[in-house]
Amino acid sequence: MTATQTVAEALELSPVESHLHPAGSFNLEDHAVPSGLEEIWRFTPLKRLRGLHQDTPLDGEDFKVEVDAAEGVTAVSVPAADSARGVSGYVPVDRVSARAWEAARSVFEVTIPANAEIAEPTTIRLHGEGLEKAAAGHLLVRAGQFSKAVVVVDYDGSATWAENIEVVLEDGAQLTFVTIQDWNDDSVHVVTQHARVGRDAELRHIAVSLGGDVVRASTSADYLGTGGSVEMLGVYFADAGQHIEHRLFVDHTAPRTKSNVEYKGALQGKDAHTVWIGNVLIRKEAQGILTYESNDNLVLTDGATADSVPNLEIETGDIEGAGHASTTGRFDDEHLFYLQSRGIAEEEARRLVVHGFFNDIIRRIGVPALQERLVASIEEELAEHVGRIG
Amino acid sequence: MSTLEIKDLHVSVKTEEGDKEILKGVNLTVNSGEVHAIMGPNGSGKSTLAYSIAGHPKYDVTSGTVTLDGVDILSMTVDQRARAGLFLAMQYPVEVPGVSVANFLRTAKTAIDGEAPKLRTWVKDVNEALERVTLDKEFAQRSVNEGFSGGEKKRHEIAQLELLNPKFAVLDETDSGLDIDALRVVSDGVNRYSTQGDRGVLLITHYTRILQYIKPDYVHVFVAGRLAESGGRELADQLEAEGYDKYVKAAAQA
Ligand SMILES: Nc1ncnc2c1ncn2[C@@H]1O[C@H](COP(=O)(O)OP(=O)(O)OP(=O)(O)O)[C@@H](O)[C@H]1O
Ligand SMILES: [Mg+2]
Repeated sequence: MTATQTVAEALELSPVESHLHPAGSFNLEDHAVPSGLEEIWRFTPLKRLRGLHQDTPLDGEDFKVEVDAAEGVTAVSVPAADSARGVSGYVPVDRVSARAWEAARSVFEVTIPANAEIAEPTTIRLHGEGLEKAAAGHLLVRAGQFSKAVVVVDYDGSATWAENIEVVLEDGAQLTFVTIQDWNDDSVHVVTQHARVGRDAELRHIAVSLGGDVVRASTSADYLGTGGSVEMLGVYFADAGQHIEHRLFVDHTAPRTKSNVEYKGALQGKDAHTVWIGNVLIRKEAQGILTYESNDNLVLTDGATADSVPNLEIETGDIEGAGHASTTGRFDDEHLFYLQSRGIAEEEARRLVVHGFFNDIIRRIGVPALQERLVASIEEELAEHVGRIG
Repeated sequence: MSTLEIKDLHVSVKTEEGDKEILKGVNLTVNSGEVHAIMGPNGSGKSTLAYSIAGHPKYDVTSGTVTLDGVDILSMTVDQRARAGLFLAMQYPVEVPGVSVANFLRTAKTAIDGEAPKLRTWVKDVNEALERVTLDKEFAQRSVNEGFSGGEKKRHEIAQLELLNPKFAVLDETDSGLDIDALRVVSDGVNRYSTQGDRGVLLITHYTRILQYIKPDYVHVFVAGRLAESGGRELADQLEAEGYDKYVKAAAQA
């Protein structure tokens, strides 16, 4: 029995018939080329995926990885065959993920030793250097028992990138895991992430999506033991022509677990499109859990579309709380009026409102350098339509 | 000396049944150094007058003029009016999520003065302004009006009035929803502002209660979209005794 099987089998659950919970497979044959009509693909512009969902070879090497590992953290590339991948229990849920799994020759493994408390973030920069040849990647982050750490994955440049990310939190671990999609406007990034959260472990998962032509990030989490907690925070900003899609799935597989999913996005420009799918499944064995998910979209100009679909499926009557909310709106005239009535010019009032909208999430990220960078990035985005500061 | 002059102001709002006229010819002149109280029953159009002066987009001015020292303000944007020296303390101050009071006040002060306030004194000024209206200085870190109680919102409006120190202040029912202590705090703030001598106040209220603390030079009865009568303080006493009935009936017959 391999290590992978041990963990994977430790989660024994009663079967659930749910479209929220697709049966995965490592076998590519089990994942037909999507037509776009499938529930999980219906929002994605397949034509713009450059064949990632079909058969385009994923053997490109036009990218650079730079690592800035905090002291005590190991971050190394390991040949796929020798790696511990699969340890999260993840099994590819769609064709792009299955193809990336098959194609990845190495796995980048970040390991935080048990009991280590490391304030300094560990940063992995993936810099795309060409999009003609599609490439595949695999990242595995393992947080040892009672460890505490921050891991940031920072994407930029131009790439056609299919990727799997596994995150494993052993019992009592606290991990802040951040992805920042700061791609050039021509990149395509399809990433599937799965987190397995141990007993009393706390995952803070933060997704920032700013760049790229198409970004599709599917993120799931489940719980190996009671008392685990998952917070998923997201901030995105789509410009003209951009497609940014976040698909979240929290699978409450253990009792007294918690999840809190909050995503906020702004859209501006013609054919800016964002998609947010927030799925939560509360299984029979997940008694006493607490979950909340919300998505708010601020549409700044005409011609942009935000799709937002929260789904909550409950298999047990014994829960502490479950809720969801979704809003999509434009600038609130009353907000603008109030600010303007204090002398603040309209343009500046709009900026304040947008920053305020995101601020709620940004201030909870807890990584000061990142918070500042995000405020600056939003300022940059706003400069395009709303106007620069003073 | 400054003058805010409202002449034959007609204002309507859009409703499902078409435009509805709410202000039906308001005439009023407020000079700096004067406190005018406008009193009227619910729905008479008091807030409409306040919002129209401030430039809220919901209200259409169909005719008439509003000038500040002879300059037409109706053609100005909302923020231009504020920079010209007008201030509106709202009946229902708006919550602006994620924008801190500190950031909001600094941005507003910078806009009004045309330059950023001196960093060293500014923080102190803000803290003192909050303290004067008995708001803890931690309010500076909270989002604008978000989760503030009704009374805290009103006190925050008065803190802004003192910090921005406009030429004319329109106070729309700043007294409503206040307990007696808060009413005194708010009145003290308005009095500090008006006793500077060269500022004008248009105090809109439904009750005479606040007039025990703020002594108006003029009292106007506002009914059915226009001023029905104007007088001195004694008019407030008469309203206290008799209510608005007489004026409402007269307006209905007109
Ligand atoms: N959008 C609207 N559609 C229809 N009627 C409206 C609309 N907006 C305002 N009104 C009406 O205009 C009238 C004046 O409202 P306004 O808020 O100015 O009154 P007010 O004197 O401030 O009342 P209060 O003492 O209750 O604050 C009211 O009858 C109100 O119902
Ligand atoms: Mg009113």
